[in-house]
Amino acid sequence: MKGFKPSGFLLALAAPVAAAVVSIIISSLAVLATHKSPIDAYKTMWEFGTTSGSLMQMLNTATPYYIAAIAIAITFRAGLFNIGVEGQLRLGAMFGAYLGAMFVLPPVIHILAIMVIAMTIGGLWAAIAGYLKVKRGVSEVISTIMLNSLAGGLSSYLLANRFMDRTTASNNMSTKEIPASGQFPDLMPLLNKLGVEDQPGGGVYGMLLFAVVLGVIFWFVINRTRFGFELRASGANPIAARVSGVNSKRMTFVALALSGAVAGLAGLPAVLGDTHAFNMGFRTGIGFSAIAVALLGRNNAVGMAISALLFGFLEVSSRSLELIDIAPETYVIMQGSILLSSVIAYEVVRRYKITLQSNELAKVAEA
Amino acid sequence: MKSKSLKALQYAALLIFVLSIIRILTGASDLTSVGTASAALLLSVPIALAGLGGLFSERSGVVNIGLEGMMIMGAWAGGMIGSKHGPWIGLFAAVCFGSVGALLHAIATITFGVDHVVSGVAINIIAAGLVRYISTIFYKSGAWLGPSQSPDVTSIGTNGIPVLSGGTYFGWKSPDVLSVLAEKHWFFISDTAAVIRGLTGDLSYVTMIAMAMIPLSVFILWKTAFGLRLRSAGEAPIAAESLGVNVYAMKYAGVLISGGLAGLGGGFLAIVAANHYQENQVAGRGYIGLAALLFGNYRPGGILMGAGLFGFADALQLRDSASIHALILLIVLILLFLVVRDFRKGKALKAALTLAFASLSLWYFLAVDELPGQLVTMTPYITTLLVMAVASQRLRMPAADGIPYRRGGMQ
Amino acid sequence: MSVAVELRHISKRFPGVLANKDVSMSVETGTVHALVGENGAGKSTVMKILYGMQRPDSGEILVNGRAVHFKNPNDAIDASIGMVHQHFMLADNFTVLENIILGSEPKKGVTIDFAAAREKIVAMAAQYGLEIDPDVLVEALGVGQRQRVEILKVLYRGARILIFDEPTAVLVPQEVDDLFNALEGLREQGMAIIFISHKLDEVLRVADDVTVVRQGSTVAEVKSKDVTARQLAELMVGSELPQPSTQGVTRRDLVALSLNDVSILTSTGGRDLISHISFNLHAGEVVGIAGVEGNGQAELVEAILGLRDYTGSISFNGSAIDHLSVAHRHDLGIGFIPEDRQRQGLMMNSPLWENRILGHQRSKPVMRGFILDKKATITDTARIMAEFDVRAPGPHTLATALSGGNQQKFIVGREISKAPALLVASHPTRGVDVGAQGAIWEELRRAREKGMAIVLISADLEELIGMSDRLLVMLRGAVTAELDPAKTTPEQLGSAMTGAA
Repeated sequence: MKGFKPSGFLLALAAPVAAAVVSIIISSLAVLATHKSPIDAYKTMWEFGTTSGSLMQMLNTATPYYIAAIAIAITFRAGLFNIGVEGQLRLGAMFGAYLGAMFVLPPVIHILAIMVIAMTIGGLWAAIAGYLKVKRGVSEVISTIMLNSLAGGLSSYLLANRFMDRTTASNNMSTKEIPASGQFPDLMPLLNKLGVEDQPGGGVYGMLLFAVVLGVIFWFVINRTRFGFELRASGANPIAARVSGVNSKRMTFVALALSGAVAGLAGLPAVLGDTHAFNMGFRTGIGFSAIAVALLGRNNAVGMAISALLFGFLEVSSRSLELIDIAPETYVIMQGSILLSSVIAYEVVRRYKITLQSNELAKVAEA
Repeated sequence: MKSKSLKALQYAALLIFVLSIIRILTGASDLTSVGTASAALLLSVPIALAGLGGLFSERSGVVNIGLEGMMIMGAWAGGMIGSKHGPWIGLFAAVCFGSVGALLHAIATITFGVDHVVSGVAINIIAAGLVRYISTIFYKSGAWLGPSQSPDVTSIGTNGIPVLSGGTYFGWKSPDVLSVLAEKHWFFISDTAAVIRGLTGDLSYVTMIAMAMIPLSVFILWKTAFGLRLRSAGEAPIAAESLGVNVYAMKYAGVLISGGLAGLGGGFLAIVAANHYQENQVAGRGYIGLAALLFGNYRPGGILMGAGLFGFADALQLRDSASIHALILLIVLILLFLVVRDFRKGKALKAALTLAFASLSLWYFLAVDELPGQLVTMTPYITTLLVMAVASQRLRMPAADGIPYRRGGMQ
Repeated sequence: MSVAVELRHISKRFPGVLANKDVSMSVETGTVHALVGENGAGKSTVMKILYGMQRPDSGEILVNGRAVHFKNPNDAIDASIGMVHQHFMLADNFTVLENIILGSEPKKGVTIDFAAAREKIVAMAAQYGLEIDPDVLVEALGVGQRQRVEILKVLYRGARILIFDEPTAVLVPQEVDDLFNALEGLREQGMAIIFISHKLDEVLRVADDVTVVRQGSTVAEVKSKDVTARQLAELMVGSELPQPSTQGVTRRDLVALSLNDVSILTSTGGRDLISHISFNLHAGEVVGIAGVEGNGQAELVEAILGLRDYTGSISFNGSAIDHLSVAHRHDLGIGFIPEDRQRQGLMMNSPLWENRILGHQRSKPVMRGFILDKKATITDTARIMAEFDVRAPGPHTLATALSGGNQQKFIVGREISKAPALLVASHPTRGVDVGAQGAIWEELRRAREKGMAIVLISADLEELIGMSDRLLVMLRGAVTAELDPAKTTPEQLGSAMTGAA
């Protein structure tokens, strides 16, 4: 009996396909409600979204989503839920940018140093939730949400009163620019060599490659190492994991802190690759969209990559809807409906699978 | 029961007493003013409604992180419908929209067995996105002035307790004894009068309705057959099923009531606490309501206390940052109390650490005149975290809370 | 006498669970009718159908001569059928009264009429000799009292036909006597009682008629006075029942496990969960721990495994292990068959090969250093499945799809595979079918012969007496007696367990 059967493969596909169909229906209804044609909407989105400029932006949108989704998946796999990625990545990016601009190091090492700073800050921030969970029994769901709000207040306070670069006159509050050695090179030169032409406002964050590497590391650690197994066991059955010798409190703490550390990196693609500083324009909501990305991607390295790209595509391509007088926010409806319908579809498929296996088992028993 | 209420009264008096001392010491006169008490009540109501919503849902065994999203739906509907059809219809719409969000949550968790937290978070993301989408369309159609703010809603009337805290009854304008007392600046007496006046005077009718929900919830959940069955779905669903209780129906009822109450809380924010819907108006109050539920250990009275605490912290930060500064002194006092208690119990190390923390807070209190605004806005969230850290360990949650249920006990 | 219930040719197919095929039985009023069969023979399914929790695919149910079609338990309750479940269906956080009236609450206006309910319960309790305080929380009650609540629940609904599903499984002999007295009283009041069990001597004691099911079908309906336990057993399994027993003394000199004055204090300052326990266990020896559930056995296991803090000292193969973690103790060679396999021993939604790793994630064959060796794990899982007769399609089958007996055989195989020097076996054959039970006993016997030291905790007194070299009786956290199993009857052991002796 092999684990990879055609029916298993079809089943794995069934859920996302069903979710996509439901989502398209709901989004179409939303567009129809404004007396516009959904067909036109999808056509416009596709035409605009598949231009190479849009595709580049899609990658840039998807990169932080993917990193943040991995952070969330670490906790999901451990049976926890880090909703505080938004705050962790914000503080990580801010401290990384602020401290990273204070020194100059050789090129690669400088970037690594900034990453370590961001990971440390993100990890420490999440560790608060870990500590409260392990020592005081506070649900990490509530504490990480509160820590998000705290991170928002803290970052705007620090940026305005402590970290702001006062040497340049600008309307936009910003930290000092990170020196060139700490800037992550853009992939555009590489793409030029592959025959891709420059696009207005274009460029692809170099951290895209880093995200891919991170995805591979995530997959390997979770699926192929003892640590990964113990983390998953804690999520699958915490009591059995404890009986099997996993220190469950330590695992809870480590999973949250590690998740926070990875989350700390999720704000860096734009900081290191584009703005080279942390400023008021820092994108909000990455951490929340990433929850959807992680759920849609089943906390699986490949699945999350696909869903991060999908979310990026929807966001970028929907900007074109303005042209045909449809609210670009339609993408929010698409993302939301695909999220809810996919979690339902996955659950239905899971139940169906168990029934299927039980039937198979009955045949074995009767034979 | 009587001794319980008496004890609560004693604690309340003690709190006012301590606050009076701090007021004298720091000159932060807003600590016990009529305005603060009344703002605290105004801000407690939505949190209490969310907490009650959580109560119905979790007592039926469904964890409801989606309260936040249901409140957002309610606030938005309150602003949107309320500005067109008047505040009462707006509130009704808020209840309905909250329930629609709850219906989604119920379908996902009860019918399809999706993890409750996952579904709740999905509801929150969807609710925020949905209202933004529709708001944008309204804005584009010219009905709204901006994509993030609804037109104004006319306000709902207010009233007070006759003789004590003013108000108007059948055209008769009542005297306002407590206000008079409050302005005398007598230590403790005026403070108490001010707090009571703030809590009982100029009450919106909606506030009165919301407050009536607390005893009503007790009645429904603990005195009626419906309540017993709803709670049985959260404690022992399979046992309930074996006695012919329709567990699915009970859970649906719990979640829908939950959404209605959360929606009302959202509508309250838009119509009573403000006079229009605004994006981010809910700002985590659904989550704080959940924290109030946990603080209150899944009981309506406890929820009220939790909501009051969070509302008070919220009111202070909104009204006057000097008060938050003064509040540091309160923390110092509480810490000193803990030091004495630990020391008596022979926990010298713990006492010493707490003392060090108290000294640090005191130093900070003396060194800084006023807290920066960005930090003051963090007060309710810090309060929530601290309260959860203290309260989480003695929780008694419904035995089957959060566990997906399937008829016949199947996986 | 008239027929209260009749089942005619009931059939039911289920994914994964043995079907009911052509089940027929007829129960007269004023009698106790036993339904016997081994675990997994389909007794529970029959009763769930009769109680409206399942619907039959074909066949008829007649109550008092009239055909009925139950859609849910409500319909069955309306037809005056009541069920006393094996796993008590009670809400711990509810009072006795709330548990009893749930679903058929007396009303006064819109509120529940608590006073009337209380009056009725107290009167009923007196009538049937089932006295209980209606206003205490169920969590404060012992097992026997909880069963009373279950019976009262059924009587409160006016049941005349009572189904008892394995009612003695959780009771000690003295409580069983109380229960049988109550059954006698109910029979005299003209009730029809269906008594489901696989304990044949009890069946012969209490029942008038016996219906035997095997592999989902009824194979015989007999008068209890006409048969012996042996004949019933043969009808039940089609062959002889396996007997728990060991032969000879395999005890070695080496002391594998030694407890010295081990206590677990409660944080609240109440009675110690276990107090001052000392004993030595040699290699090749089985020590049976007897006791009514909740008297410290679970805590003792947790102390040995390192899952709980304790005072005193535990040593393993001569060296103290008090400061070692759970993982470290596993690695030294302590194996564990948990009491509740689904909660403590398996990841239900994971495939078997991943479950193979659980508890063994620090050693070969599943690990190469820190890296998981998936291929070797799958191969070894297949080996366990073959050697221990785990019936499932393959290593990729999810644990949840297996029957209880197969899950248990898998766990036994997993734990014995690492050849631990000490095996802590907590209720190793609970809820498994006769075949699996015999197989598990055989594995334990073999392991003992090879020199494994075994701590056996069980509620099955015959298993304890048959498998153990020595018996320790636990009561309120302390070891109150040490018995020689060769000279102990289940009745004597039961008395020792309740402190009556």
